[in-house]
Amino acid sequence: MSAGTLSVADLVVSGLIVLGSAFALIGSWGLVRLPSLMERLHGPTKATTLGLGAMLVASVAWFHLVEDVWTTHELLVSVFLFVTAPISANMIAKVHLHRLRQGEPSAGEGPAGTPGPPPGSADWATHEAPHEGTPGDFIGD
Amino acid sequence: MIGYALAFGFGALGLALVLNLWRLFKGPGVADRILALDTMVINVIGIIVLTGIAQGSAASFEAALLLAMVGFVGTVAYAKFLLRGDVIE
Repeated sequence: MSAGTLSVADLVVSGLIVLGSAFALIGSWGLVRLPSLMERLHGPTKATTLGLGAMLVASVAWFHLVEDVWTTHELLVSVFLFVTAPISANMIAKVHLHRLRQGEPSAGEGPAGTPGPPPGSADWATHEAPHEGTPGDFIGD
Repeated sequence: MIGYALAFGFGALGLALVLNLWRLFKGPGVADRILALDTMVINVIGIIVLTGIAQGSAASFEAALLLAMVGFVGTVAYAKFLLRGDVIE
């Protein structure tokens, strides 16, 4: 491998590593800095998608350009994280909503206040088992 | 050059873990602590990926994939326990 291509590979991999770790740091900084949980959820999701995404692409590029090995496990990790990050964020938001409705004093509400009840006779699907009127009640499906 | 980038990356991820630990101890709610643990898992996966680049070994990616799966299952289990009082019903 010539010196020219090596330096381009260095530049690409270094740039992606710096970008990814900077996003991870900014996401964790947002977790500390933002005032309420619903806002705090915003930071770490960026760290997951952009931060780890860039680091995993850097790893693929490094193995391909420097080691001359074509690996794709890293993309498997990022696909898995992209699928699971919204689900875990939704679960955490539901825990927060449930605690807020129970009147837990430590669950501070955000600047938008407590979310209102959903329209109609439906209920937020947080604590109780699905019954008639909640999404996923399997009645009429 | 990759060495400097890796040093920056390890430093940034270490600082991110310290910030997550602060949020884990401070709270204030249970959901904040779950979120802090979830973010710590993400940052540790980042450290494992950077270690794989630093050592030039492809073996660490199985560890990263495994940690991604276990971290997700752990987060869902915490949330499920708080929501329903039971993990597997």
